[in-house]
This record gives sequence, C-alpha cells and structure tokens, in this order.
Amino acid sequence: MNPLIRVRAIAGKEFLQLKRDRMTFGMIVMIPLIQLLLFGFAINTNVRHLPVGVVDYSNSGLSRVLIQTISATQVVTFTRHFTSMPEAEEAIASAQVRAVLIIPADVSQRLVRSPSVGLGSPSATDAETSRPVAQWLVDGSDTIVAGAIKGLRSMPLVELLDRPSNRTTPTFEVTMLYNPEQRTVVNIVPGLAAIILTMTMIMFTSAAIVRERERGNMEMLITTPVRPIELMIGKIVPYIFIGAIQVVIILGLGHQLFNVPINGNLLQLAGATLLFITASLTLGLIISTIAKSQLQSMQMTIFVLLPSILLSGFMFPYEGMPLAAQYIAEALPATHFMRLIRGVVLKDVDVLNLAADMYWLALFTLGGLAVASIRFKKRLD
Amino acid sequence: MTRAPAGYVIQAEQLSRRFGDTLAVQELDLEVEKGRIYGFLGPNGCGKTTTIRMLTGLLKPSAGRVQVLEFNLPDDAEKLRLHIGYMTQKFSLYDDLTVLENLRFIARIYGLTAKTQKQRIDELLSIYGLQPKAKQLAGSMSGGQRQRLSLAAATLHKPELLFLDEPTSAVDPENRREFWEQLFDLSDQGTSILVSTHYMDEAERCHKLAILENGIKRADGSPDQLMLEMGSKVVEISSADLRQLKQTLIRLPEVISAAQLGARLRVLVKDSVADPIAFLTRQPSVKPDDQLSLVRPSLEDVFVTCTGSGRDAP
Repeated sequence: MNPLIRVRAIAGKEFLQLKRDRMTFGMIVMIPLIQLLLFGFAINTNVRHLPVGVVDYSNSGLSRVLIQTISATQVVTFTRHFTSMPEAEEAIASAQVRAVLIIPADVSQRLVRSPSVGLGSPSATDAETSRPVAQWLVDGSDTIVAGAIKGLRSMPLVELLDRPSNRTTPTFEVTMLYNPEQRTVVNIVPGLAAIILTMTMIMFTSAAIVRERERGNMEMLITTPVRPIELMIGKIVPYIFIGAIQVVIILGLGHQLFNVPINGNLLQLAGATLLFITASLTLGLIISTIAKSQLQSMQMTIFVLLPSILLSGFMFPYEGMPLAAQYIAEALPATHFMRLIRGVVLKDVDVLNLAADMYWLALFTLGGLAVASIRFKKRLD
Repeated sequence: MTRAPAGYVIQAEQLSRRFGDTLAVQELDLEVEKGRIYGFLGPNGCGKTTTIRMLTGLLKPSAGRVQVLEFNLPDDAEKLRLHIGYMTQKFSLYDDLTVLENLRFIARIYGLTAKTQKQRIDELLSIYGLQPKAKQLAGSMSGGQRQRLSLAAATLHKPELLFLDEPTSAVDPENRREFWEQLFDLSDQGTSILVSTHYMDEAERCHKLAILENGIKRADGSPDQLMLEMGSKVVEISSADLRQLKQTLIRLPEVISAAQLGARLRVLVKDSVADPIAFLTRQPSVKPDDQLSLVRPSLEDVFVTCTGSGRDAP
C-alpha cells in the first residue's frame, strides 16, 4: 500500500511540474506535428527532376528528340548544355548538375543497331553492334541519385523511331505488397513514430534524476523513505501518457494527411507501443543516473538517438548492414519497435508472430528499471 | 542492535570523514540529549554540513561509530529516515510546486493516510502562517516564507529528531527570532533538535552546543558553562586611539584577540595572567586616563578563544 502511494506521489509531482512547464508541454504536441508534416512531405526516395546537363556532339534532330524522350521520364530535367567535356565535369564537381548525358556524333548509327529500338537487327555479339547509344556521366557519390540514373540504362527508345512498341518480357514478375504505389511516406510515417518516441521519451527521463540534483531537491528526496524503484516508476508513469498522445498524433495525422493505411489491430498496436515507450523511458532513466548535469544527459541522449535513427531500419534497410552493426541495432529498442509498428500498421501482422521483439522490449524495460534503481544511491557520496 | 542508553538521541565516537586528501571532520565525539536543542557553531567550511549529513545517513563516515535514535549508521539509515526530519541548508522543496502541493507530496512520501494528511497540513499551515500562501508557488516566496515552509515539511511526519542545517542564513532578524520561538515550541513538545549556525546569538539560545573549526570540535557544553570555562578573561578599554591601541596589544603573547566595539576595545587575555587589569595598565600603550573594566564574556569571546580567530582579527 505504501509503495503505491509513494509511486503516485512522485508521478503526481512530475505531472504537476510538467503542466507548469509550458514550453515542454507545447513541444509534446509540436514535435510530432511539425516533424510529421516536414518529413512526410520532404523525405522521398523516389528521385525526380534531377538537374542534368548534356554534351551533344551530334547536334542533330535525333539527338534533340532523344533528349526530349529522356525528359519525358521526369527522372531528370536538362538544365545545361555544355560544349566540352571539361566544362561538363566541372559542373558536376560544383554540383550544378548531378549528371551529364554525352551524345556521340554517330548517335544515329548507334541507335539503329541498338536492341532498345528493336529494329530486329542481329543480336549484339560484337563490339560494332553492342555499342550503347549515349553515355551518362553521373555524380556517383550519392547512391540514390546514381540509382535513379541507372534506372534509365535500359529505357526503351522505340518511340524515337515512331514504331509500335515491341514489349519486352521482363525476366521476373514483381508484385509490390503493402505499398503498391511505392510511396515513401507509407514507410516513413510509422518509422517516424518510432524515432520521435525515442527522442522525446529518452530526453524527458534522461533529465529526470539529474534535474532533481541540479535544482537541489535531491538532498531532500533521499532523506525521505522513498525507495529507488518507487522513484523510478513514479518518474516514468506520466510520460507513458505523453508517449501515447504522440503516437496518436503521428499515426492519426499520417492516416489523414498522407493516406498511410492502418491495417493492424489497434489493441496490438497499443500493446507494442506501450512496451516501446516504457523501454525508451527506462533507457532515459539509466542515462539520468549516469549523467552529472543536464548537459551531459543531453549529450548521452544524442549518443543513443543517432544510432536509433540510422541503424534501426528507419532510413536504411536493416539487412544491408554488416553483422556487427546488426548486433548493435538489435540492442536498441527502436529497431524492435520499427519492426513491430511497420508490421502491425502496414502489414496487419499478429504481434505474436513478432513475439521476440515484444519480449526484448519487455526485458529491456525490466532490466533497465533494475539497473537504474541499483545505480541510484540514496547517498551523497 | 545495541540500544542507546535512555536519554541520548545521538551518540558518535571518533567520527571522521575524508574527501580525497582533506579531512572534513576529524574524530568527532558527540552526545546529544533527548528533547534538547543542540547547536553546531562554526565558520563556513568547518564540517557542520558534513557532520549533519553523516548523522542523517546521507554520507558514510570514513571512520568512527554513530548511533542515531536506536539505529546504527550507516547500516540502518533507511529505517532511521521515518524518524528524523532534515531541513537542508539550501531550499530543497520544489520551486515549481505550490506550498500545498509541496506539503502534500511530502505527506504522501511519508505514507500519511488521506485523513491525517489533510489534518496535519492544515495544522502546519496555521502554525507557520502559510495559510494565505497555500496556493502560491514556492519559488515566488520570500526567504522567510520558504524557510517556514521547509520547517513545516521537515516536521510534517512528527519526527523525534530534527536536523536543521543553517536554517536562518537567508532570513532577516525579525523572522529569525520568530523561527527560534517555533523551535522552542517543537522542543517543548519533545522533539530533539540539532541545529547548525554561524550566528553567535543563535548559538546562545541552544541548550548545548559544540564549537567546530576545520572539522575538529574545539569545545562543547552549555553556553553558560562554555563562558565560565573559557580559559580567558575579557577586559573592555575605553580610550582615545583604539585602532593604534589594538595594533600594539594584539602583539602581546598573553592577548588572544582585541576587537573594537564602538568606543571600546574588547580584549581577551589568557587565564595565565592572574590580574588582567593590572597587566594591561602596565602596558605603555595604555594611557593613564583610559578606563579598564572586567566584563562578562560572550559566546563570541568563547568562540574566539577556542578557535583563536576573531571576526576581525588581523
């Protein structure tokens, strides 16, 4: 009975302090709102309208039609015409254009023999017939940009010659599940919920213990009969509600504004989210027992936040990372929640199929609470 | 558990605390009787706060034995917490909570039931005159109000033993006098109190006190007893040129200190001098028409004698 009263006393006090802190209270709503709008509209891996240039050695009607046909894909926009190669390379280096198309003087001869126009010329077996129509010079440092240009590599050019298109049969048939239109925002919104929760939850509690120390309340608090575990639980309870509010904002707005489907069971979603919120909050608590000042706790929050953004699968596929990085990612709660929320929201997966991730989050919370409570000493030395 | 002999609330033997290379408290022996107000008198940095923190179980002693109430420290520190109240030197309640919210928080932490909670808080608000301030944020109150709130919070669970670390350092004289009245009320109700201070007039109000300097206890006893057994006599001299006189007298090995009080010079002469008036009259710097008189020592004289440093000693 007494422990429960004390936990409620701490939680109630935290809530009152939070209520008086207008700035923080505002950020609880504004962070998910603004960031969702910003990233929902901004992040797009389907690259379009890359600024490119052209060096046209042929300078013929055909070359101009070729340029128009490529423009029609909307992948690139021709913004510059160069007369020489060094000039073009310089423009790439100074990032005025992302790539340059080099059209050789003999483009018409190359084109008629090219399989891409399908004139039924002999299959390309020798150097004479297998010459490409033109060349792209690409700023390959950004792999997404490079990938977009690479996508143009085998574009059909039959329209150039005003012939009916000779459909080529792809080797594989690919069916896109869950996101058939390939909209980036569908993947971004649930991921953003995980990232924003990681950030705000860790940040709130990482300052929790340090703040008491900095403001001089700690000496009073540790002379009371409150137990470390009661203090820890009392400190995280108010923020569970805040985390829940943020998830509702992100997913609700994502659904309304960006048409992100919410296919899964809401109850399961709530369960998974709750586990992740508590796991992130305890991670913050551990930080708070280590940090000596609020500045230090902020630094440690960033230290955890960056890998959570970059390794969790939010930005880059988990499978693409080397094994060692995957192990590190596995330790982060964000990685597990990324799978859970994307699974439940987009694919309607039963959380029981992702039980391993649920267990990890639960274990992380319990372990974290234990570590934070043991680390917290009711002493000044 | 060895029970403390009835009558003592604090017993410490050879208590020491080291921070790195510095000894903050050195081999302190302490006995505090039940129901009394016991004072720690000493300048800043003399180990008052460190000692209080050791006695409340917040710091582990480097050496020595401590028993507070019937609990051995540091092992039973957790059990002790329910029986003691501690008012920290700095205001340590929450600035961003109101008076009422702060008191409610403390009441819940100490496990008071809802009914006793309300009753006790109402009682404290009226004792300490905080009723009209109940809904005000603690951070926006004056030093005196915050100090009364701190005392209310520290006594909310009716502790047997109260620790007060320089409770009046941020308070005006008017509030200080009132505060001491409240301490005597508490003492009258049976609460034992240990209070640290660097004000002489406050120390003089204690039933018993210990004078601390550099972590060492220089003397202890009741104020009267300390003045009686001081080991020096006090002579007041009225003279024309006190500044000059002070400079010459202070160089004498028999003179502990000389401090100017308005038109008089208060000179502390060691007990080894049988007749201090005759001794001082013999000094060439004392003019024949100067008035010399032996006066009753004050606590400040005791303090200066014990620590060998006056407030305005050179």
